[in-house]
Amino acid sequence: MARSSTTRRRIGRPVSSRAADGAVRKLITANGLVAILILAAIFLFLAFNSQRALQEVGILTMLTGREWYPTIGVPRFGFLPLMAGSMVVTLTALVMSVPVSIAAAVFVSEFATRRVKEISKSIIEFMAAVPSVVYGFVGLAVVVPWVKEVFQLSSGLSALSAAVVLAFMIAPTIVSIAEDALHAVPNELRQGSLALGNTRWQTTYKVVLPSASSGVLAGVMLGMGRAIGETMAVLMLTGNAAILPSSVFDSVRTITGTIAAEMGNVVQGGLHQSVLFNLGLVLFTITFIINLVADLVLEKQRKRWRR
Amino acid sequence: MRTRIRRAKAAQTAAMVLTGLAAAFIVAAALYLLAIIVMRGLPGVSWEFLTQPPRGQMKEGGIFPVIVGTLALTGLTAAVSLPVGIAAGIYLSEYATRGRVTRIVRLAISNMAGVPSIVYGLFGLALFVNLMGFGKSILAGGLTLACLTLPVIITATEEALRQIPSDLRQASLALGATRWRTIYRVVLPAAAPGIVTGSILGLSRAVGETAPILFTAVAYYKRQLPTSLLSDVMALPYHIYIMATQVTGRPDEIVWGTALVLVAGVTLVSVAAAGWRSLQRRKVRW
Repeated sequence: MARSSTTRRRIGRPVSSRAADGAVRKLITANGLVAILILAAIFLFLAFNSQRALQEVGILTMLTGREWYPTIGVPRFGFLPLMAGSMVVTLTALVMSVPVSIAAAVFVSEFATRRVKEISKSIIEFMAAVPSVVYGFVGLAVVVPWVKEVFQLSSGLSALSAAVVLAFMIAPTIVSIAEDALHAVPNELRQGSLALGNTRWQTTYKVVLPSASSGVLAGVMLGMGRAIGETMAVLMLTGNAAILPSSVFDSVRTITGTIAAEMGNVVQGGLHQSVLFNLGLVLFTITFIINLVADLVLEKQRKRWRR
Repeated sequence: MRTRIRRAKAAQTAAMVLTGLAAAFIVAAALYLLAIIVMRGLPGVSWEFLTQPPRGQMKEGGIFPVIVGTLALTGLTAAVSLPVGIAAGIYLSEYATRGRVTRIVRLAISNMAGVPSIVYGLFGLALFVNLMGFGKSILAGGLTLACLTLPVIITATEEALRQIPSDLRQASLALGATRWRTIYRVVLPAAAPGIVTGSILGLSRAVGETAPILFTAVAYYKRQLPTSLLSDVMALPYHIYIMATQVTGRPDEIVWGTALVLVAGVTLVSVAAAGWRSLQRRKVRW
């Protein structure tokens, strides 16, 4: 009697828990696909809300228009000044940030002692955790007056001020991804090079850096993606003049800054709103491509050392 | 020969000094940032500042409703993004097979992490505020922030699960436990510290985001505390933005104080989480 009841329990339990197992599996798999779903939804919602702009203004007119006057009687919706603004700020930030960040990554990965490495890494992590609006405010208090004085400008609110602050904001991204890539280079390569009589620096730039180059490049690209997409700090520091810039000392208006500044004041369902959604779609497409290429590069790099 | 060696050594010293200076420069910038926020922020922070609403066109008083608003947004973000993100992490680590779908899922997750926060704001405006009709609210803002936080939580969960040796799983399966039972009773408890820490880091990033809540959740000024998920709220990062750029004649220390509260909140929670994880790690050895 006792025997049969245990047998029944033994048979009974696996059946029900196997059913639960299958259900849980389905539920979890559904959640696993959520990232694809959200990315697709972002694209669709931006595209859907851009419809009116695409029909009434046209994508070519927007992408090649040199004037951005969204609120005058016959509004002009040209994206060029905004794209140029984003470009100037991003490229200037990259020029300042990339050499220093890569050098710092080389030091942390190749030369620093373990303790120095850990401390500098956690300090750089703090830098990445500071919200962009705080960078914007500190930039207003520190960088804008400095730029104004050093370059004798009438206003420090300029592409340069935003770029300086952005350079610091993207440094943690570039440093940590480049450092990861350098760190992933197998030690045998270093030892082989040292055994041939190379110094550590010769080993670094002849062996380690070339081996890690694609990972370092991916870090730079992700930093660039972050810079193009950065909103608050740029909105607070560029001065937001929507004109084609002639130098880094000009006030510029970026794609992100335009969306952030204008979306709050548009008529619901109006043309201006639709144009701003379309501008968001342009931004999404640009960063999507940059991120995708960077990810593919990183994936390739990872496969290289996986054996 | 000897000159070549000497030259190589000189180049090595120069390289070490230069790269070291670069690293020191970035570290110094980070420390300067920390110092200026703490030193200029501290005079503005007091018990009253933390517990009183703003007064006199926001030029006096405290930031109590602002803190409450940020907490409410963060709470909803966590409530939505944790279950979904952890489930997705479990899928990637425990169920997904090596194949094309998994590869695309991974690409989608890392791509999501790079989508500009203002684009999430537009998405939230289109879907949650307009289509679903939540209006500017904690609900719409929290859902938007949850989308933004998901990739971090998924990645953290997956990494934490991967650290668990497969011996544990096999031992559990060999005892007759089903896959889910093994995950639920053996793998998840062992990975919990890593998952919790990673999730807190992800959520702390959401706390500081301004652009996603700009059109989906925030109010310029609202004295009353939120009464439901459909209330709009004040929030710390947005408060810093408007105080810094749109409120003329305000004392600087209010803005610095708000910035300090935000940065301290974000970093102290992260540091505590990281410390807790390393404590747990020391306790468990495989």
